[in-house]
Amino acid sequence: MFVRRNPQLNKHDELIHLLSIEGLPQAVLTHILDTAGTFLSVNERDVKKVPLLRGKSVFNLFFENSTRTRTTFEIAAKRLSADVINLDIARSSTAKGESLLDTIANLSAMHADMFVVRHSESGAPYLIARHCAPHVHVVNAGDGRHSHPTQGLLDMYTIRHYKKDFTNLTVAIVGDIVHSRVARSDIHALTTLGAPEIRAVGPKTLVPSDLKEMGVRVCHNLEEGIRGADVIIMLRLQNERMSGGMLPSASEFFKTFGLTPEKLALANPDCIVMHPGPINRGVEIDSAVVDGKQSVILPQVTFGIAVRMAVMSIIAGNAP
Amino acid sequence: MSRLLITNARVVDPASGRDEPGSIAIADGRIVSAHRDFTPDRIIDADGAVVAPGLVDLAARLGEPGHEHAGLLESELAAAVAGGVTSLVCPPDTDPVLDEPGLVEMLKFRARNLNLARLYPLGALTRGLAGEALTEMAELTEAGCIGFSQADVAIKDTLVLHRAMQYAATFGYAVWLRPNDAWLGVGVAAKGALATRMGLSGVPVLAETIALATIFELARDTGARVHLCRLSSAAGVELVRQAKADGLPVTCDASIHQLHLIDVDVGYFDSAMRLVPPLRQQRDRDAIRAGLADGTIDALVSDHTPVAEDAKQLPFAEAEPGATGLELLLGAALKWERRRSSAWRKRSPR
Repeated sequence: MFVRRNPQLNKHDELIHLLSIEGLPQAVLTHILDTAGTFLSVNERDVKKVPLLRGKSVFNLFFENSTRTRTTFEIAAKRLSADVINLDIARSSTAKGESLLDTIANLSAMHADMFVVRHSESGAPYLIARHCAPHVHVVNAGDGRHSHPTQGLLDMYTIRHYKKDFTNLTVAIVGDIVHSRVARSDIHALTTLGAPEIRAVGPKTLVPSDLKEMGVRVCHNLEEGIRGADVIIMLRLQNERMSGGMLPSASEFFKTFGLTPEKLALANPDCIVMHPGPINRGVEIDSAVVDGKQSVILPQVTFGIAVRMAVMSIIAGNAP
Repeated sequence: MSRLLITNARVVDPASGRDEPGSIAIADGRIVSAHRDFTPDRIIDADGAVVAPGLVDLAARLGEPGHEHAGLLESELAAAVAGGVTSLVCPPDTDPVLDEPGLVEMLKFRARNLNLARLYPLGALTRGLAGEALTEMAELTEAGCIGFSQADVAIKDTLVLHRAMQYAATFGYAVWLRPNDAWLGVGVAAKGALATRMGLSGVPVLAETIALATIFELARDTGARVHLCRLSSAAGVELVRQAKADGLPVTCDASIHQLHLIDVDVGYFDSAMRLVPPLRQQRDRDAIRAGLADGTIDALVSDHTPVAEDAKQLPFAEAEPGATGLELLLGAALKWERRRSSAWRKRSPR
């Protein structure tokens, strides 16, 4: 079936699914970031709840392991007063041979209102969105190497919080970019929000030259990549997605592309250091940097809950 | 039996080089000469339409044996004749693999009984397509195989490939190979900016060009007759062009998918577009078109591969590759031809 219109938007250009940052207008992204700002204060109250999704059922469908992301989605949904069901797919009927679409159909029959899906294959949430009932919303919590839109959004929220204006920023994304859905989402968000210089930094095996078609400058040298940067986003080496020896060793990677305080000094003095987590100390990033004053890695996590609350409340409010 | 006269036709017979206005008379299921005493029971006024022999499709999978949930001999051969294809070549990647004379005989027997289209099977070049032991090529030829192929399974061991081609050359058997390096050729999409953007593993053009270079060297050394299956890249077409210019007796084909579709047609991870070889870029499609036009590519095939619906309703990388095409072969060819020239516009619309 040919689907040419962006399946994330209804005919009024309102968000009904969040599958990828690519193709979303700047206004949609900004609206999500603004809404997230209002939810931050909710998270600081004694009673951390608003009734926006009361009575709604949010099903967390994680076909790929994740405690961290699933937990933040669960927290976000509960703070919106939704009922949250966590589905442990590995132990479920999928292991008994049930197809992905049959699983979705069964869950829809249980009157799910929203699916939060993480899957190891790029594009899986699109298949789900095509086949679930019209009133059901799909949030992509990460699909293969393709997209992790809520992470991209919370990264943008973080940057906006510390830097205010995207249009004069130099952003360096460093590490295993070819396998990273976070990197792709960050790149789409940064280009949509108008960041003028985005650098993709890493060895040739992890940073292919055709990335430049996404609007980034490809650098194969860390020093060149982070010189004068305002934001550095470090990525974990994705061992589970690497095959066939793309790198000789973690220690050589740390030596050539790891972010140490000495290397960080090449960036702007007020450069912020970000990481989607989980971090591997001593592989892509030195402990001194993680625990240093330029790191905003922990605030990212806090912002992540507010951003996910914003995404869920916005899409739940839009009809197909 | 009825007698049919087709008049006012453009009679095209490639075998005799005929392409001229004329009539065709058919009596008792055979074409006869339309002399003055021929009294037809029925006359069809072709109104300038082409009357041609049945088409030959060099690549069509039939679903049997082994993939009956996707297609049956009867359904696929019926699709063939519906599309004007009266002869087709099927690859050996059935289940079980076509590496036993008994299997080949059975297939041919069943096709003959259905009396729909003529079936010309390719035998497996190695047992089980495993790339280790040679098949009994003489026995398989006697059973009805017209050549030997590895389907989409690349032979990893060049020594085995060399010996297989050498053995086939002993008897003058044709070897049909898809040029795809066993290690570089792994991926679900075509390597490039779009696959990178979409986060899909990509097959680089290198996988095709390196395999072509290897096959050409082995062909030169063994003297085997080689037919290259499903060219997909501009670089690949150019290598074939050069090899032919150097006098190497190779032939090749391309599929209707590479003729019309490109990488962006995958859209939002549409698994209908999960194909082998993967859809490449515009310049590759242009080169395939140019190759067909100038004869570098000798044949257009449907690469018909029926896939059960369930096997497509999966995330892109997990979906089974393949698409139907038997009924589309003629239409796809005409669509391309219509783009190129006005020579076919003579026929008035119905």
